[in-house]
Amino acid sequence: MRKSLAAMAVVAGALVAFQGQAEFRFPMPEFESGYEYPPMNTPQASRIPVPIDVSVLTVALGLTTYAVLVARSRRLVFVLSVASLVYFGFYRQGCVCPVGSVQNVFEMLLGRSTGLPVVVVFFFLLPLVFALYFGRVFCGAVCPLGAAQEMCAVYPVQVPRAVESVLGLVPYAYLGLAGLAVATGSGYLICRYDPFVGFFRRGGSFSMLMVGGALLVVGIFIARPYCRYLCPYGVLLRWASRFSKWHASVTPAECTQCRLCEDACPYAAIIYPTPANAPVSRREGARKLGILLAATPLIIAAGGLAGYGLSNTLARLHPTVRLAERLGAEETGRAADGTPIKVSLEVETFQAGQKTADELYAEAGAAASQFKPLAVVFGAFLGLVVSGRLLRLSVVRQRKDYEADRASCLSCARCFDYCPVEKKG
Amino acid sequence: MDSKFGRRDFIRIAATAAACGAGFAAVRANMSAWAWQLDPSKCMQCGRCATECVLDPSAVKCVHSFQICGYCDLCSGFLVQGAKVRDTGAENELCPVGALKRQFIEEPFYQYTSDETLCIGCGKCVKGCGAFGNGSLYLQCKQDLCSGCNECAIARNCPAKAWERVPIGLPYLLKTRTAPGGENPA
Repeated sequence: MRKSLAAMAVVAGALVAFQGQAEFRFPMPEFESGYEYPPMNTPQASRIPVPIDVSVLTVALGLTTYAVLVARSRRLVFVLSVASLVYFGFYRQGCVCPVGSVQNVFEMLLGRSTGLPVVVVFFFLLPLVFALYFGRVFCGAVCPLGAAQEMCAVYPVQVPRAVESVLGLVPYAYLGLAGLAVATGSGYLICRYDPFVGFFRRGGSFSMLMVGGALLVVGIFIARPYCRYLCPYGVLLRWASRFSKWHASVTPAECTQCRLCEDACPYAAIIYPTPANAPVSRREGARKLGILLAATPLIIAAGGLAGYGLSNTLARLHPTVRLAERLGAEETGRAADGTPIKVSLEVETFQAGQKTADELYAEAGAAASQFKPLAVVFGAFLGLVVSGRLLRLSVVRQRKDYEADRASCLSCARCFDYCPVEKKG
Repeated sequence: MDSKFGRRDFIRIAATAAACGAGFAAVRANMSAWAWQLDPSKCMQCGRCATECVLDPSAVKCVHSFQICGYCDLCSGFLVQGAKVRDTGAENELCPVGALKRQFIEEPFYQYTSDETLCIGCGKCVKGCGAFGNGSLYLQCKQDLCSGCNECAIARNCPAKAWERVPIGLPYLLKTRTAPGGENPA
């Protein structure tokens, strides 16, 4: 008996070694009762057809365009944003969304993608095309993230323009970082750190819900913090909206300079008229601009250098690099700061596999080294963005009226009611 | 508004043309959406499918390939190790939520079925079945439940890297009698 057991163990062991998977130990039964195998339940995904998805988005964008540009009705914009919040947010649970689609499109452009579904392409393109003609109507009442924050912005305060200018650079950094993550195969940061998707799904990790909740609470006073200081898709919409053919204007007709709209915009998107006597003399302004232009290559170079310096830190975005770090730490039994650490599931699983530690370190090294040039590009991009912002701030355009800033205006229609001017005809 | 055709108009038209081209190319390529699935041959039953999914309970459920099951009385996927009695007593069951059902077929065979309304996808039965049995119980992401996130939270945290994107038309990686951890049946 014992002998046969031992023999069975040997056979089983050989089977394990042969198949690599410890399975098929017992013969399939031969039923005599006429038993039939029950079917397996493998249901298909119930996704909404692409034409419906795309038409809903187009109709939502079209209606918002009508509400902002033709009807000039804040109430209609608000109703539309509630509808978008319900449909794109709570019903579709925030997915597919144009904000995240940036990553898929970028991945495709880099040739790293396994496939770009049609619906993602349309969700990426449609809001941008609308922005090229009508401004950021997508932000106004279609984006569920924006709509959620718009509902919360009940007591908006004016953020100082200087602070607005600096914080407004963060989305570029976020966009660059998400691009870096996609280019190195480190995952989709924008989706991972989407703050509101937890509310849409009515469930999520504690930290996700806390960050989302905090943004909404902050958003009571500083309206739409995600849109203004984080949203990476907003960067692309800004670029597109600058070229918009028709754009929401504060006044429906002739501006009377009554100054009633000065504090109307919670997003600091109304540009004031230039004072009659310029704050800086023309000659002085030209000199400063010259210095800035000369400094631009230096700023870009500094950005690139900073990116190079940060490349090792940025490389930790990559899962293989993190695993190798963890393995290294666990082999010594101590973390970098000397505290003893327990064996993690990741390392345990890795050690159970076929790969050796040296192979993993080589892989991690290769993954980390691809970060070096990309981190330089990322840094240089940020340098370019900073110098671009500085140049824009130092060029004084002559403006007679109160105008909506095409780049930062979110087409929320809040300012319309502040304007006492009646539409002609 | 200027009637002159300016630099901005040119850029706008060019960008629109590019967007239309990209949209047209996308429709021509007609790439379908993808679905997430885990490869049972790579799965280590760490239990994270139950905890990392953005859904609660997880979209991952235990499935059973009946064709490769041994229909054992002493089922290592159903009973805890060292169970004194082979019955459906809660103290003998491995499944923490009682989702695995045992049913007598004929002497000496028992059929085991996973109740997906109860299953949380923890993989305890999968581990037991794979360790001592035929490996006919395994985890699969149920596509009717899955949200299809762009970045699957389970895939990101899977230590065995068992998750992959699969074509949405053939979204299951089922085990068959011929090919363990094999392909989708036609």
